[in-house]
Amino acid sequence: MAEMDTSGGGGGKKGPGVKKSKKLSTRVDLTPMVDLGFLLITFFIFTTTMSQPTAMKLFLPKDAENPDDNNKAKESGALTILLGKDNNVFFYEGILAPDGSNFKSSNFTDIRKEIIRKKQTTPEKDFVVVIKATNESTYKNVIDILDEMTINVVKRYALVDISEPEDQVVKLTEGSNAAK
Amino acid sequence: MARPKIKRNSTNIDMTAMCDVAFLLLSFFILTTKFKPAEAVPITPPSSVSAQVAPSKDVCLINITKDGKVFIAIDDEGKRSGVLNTLNTTRNLGLSSGEMAALAKQPFFGSALAQLKQVATMPADKLTGDVLPGIPCKDSTNNEMIDWMRAVNSTYQGQTLNLLMKGDNTSKYPAFSNVIKALKKNDFLKFQMVTNPESVPAGTELYNKAMQGIKQADL
Repeated sequence: MAEMDTSGGGGGKKGPGVKKSKKLSTRVDLTPMVDLGFLLITFFIFTTTMSQPTAMKLFLPKDAENPDDNNKAKESGALTILLGKDNNVFFYEGILAPDGSNFKSSNFTDIRKEIIRKKQTTPEKDFVVVIKATNESTYKNVIDILDEMTINVVKRYALVDISEPEDQVVKLTEGSNAAK
Repeated sequence: MARPKIKRNSTNIDMTAMCDVAFLLLSFFILTTKFKPAEAVPITPPSSVSAQVAPSKDVCLINITKDGKVFIAIDDEGKRSGVLNTLNTTRNLGLSSGEMAALAKQPFFGSALAQLKQVATMPADKLTGDVLPGIPCKDSTNNEMIDWMRAVNSTYQGQTLNLLMKGDNTSKYPAFSNVIKALKKNDFLKFQMVTNPESVPAGTELYNKAMQGIKQADL
């Protein structure tokens, strides 16, 4: 029969030659385990992206059946922003002059100044920003410029398809800028 | 002079409590972490100052990848099969009920209507944005997004629908423009675009208003 080693409970009376078995401590050093725990915590904290995606609202105007029924913007209060390729921004006020004299180029940092200037110099009810994106511009450009509208609290703005002459002017300007 | 006897304290500290705390925190973080839902392709959206959190329920998400491919992801399987049902009848796709069930199990749609039959036989793990061609909407004569959106419209009739659009930073404008055209055709004039949050630049009008405690939504 197997016998349990019950040394220790025998009242201390042991014969000679009986080895006193060592009582092992049940305490384990938990320091490495704590280290591991905190290491994992830090790992999870750093790899988790806490930021939830946000959403910006966009309201589209309904296309009118008859082009004459479309909303007309007052010429004096209109600022047209054109988005070209490679993050180029162009703008003009009112109606594009046939010789393109009021057609100016800008970029995403400078356009804010123009929007603010135009906003301050025109009566609020006339002020409207028309955004026209060329086929070369990216989705980011469009979002950035729509965001610019929110940043500068522009109440009226519209995303409009670009017309052929405007597209031409943008292409020409980009071409001449690249040649420089 | 007898020196006072300094009591030597043991430097061993009981680490059990600290260990408990560490693993409690660890389990908390693991359990509260929400995994990202399956995405057709990785898309990095642009950032905006918008403070509104994107809705996560009743979502119909239109993805635009950097190559201009368009995918539709609908979060509810019942709605997905509803959309497929509608398309099957309106466009006479001739899909069997088995194929429809297989398609409805897939988290997103991204192929031409004519290819749906073939996509239904593909195993789910093979379905990625690289394999699927995207919903054709390049030109106005064959803009299938219009059909998809019409089906979505009739499926969600009278129910809340959060129409979301998520485009990649580098995707070109025409893809976005074509999707908008399809939305306009179906009178979806209100939608939201998924962006990453960004802080409002200091000194701008919106910044000043925010400092005064005026919320973006009230502007």
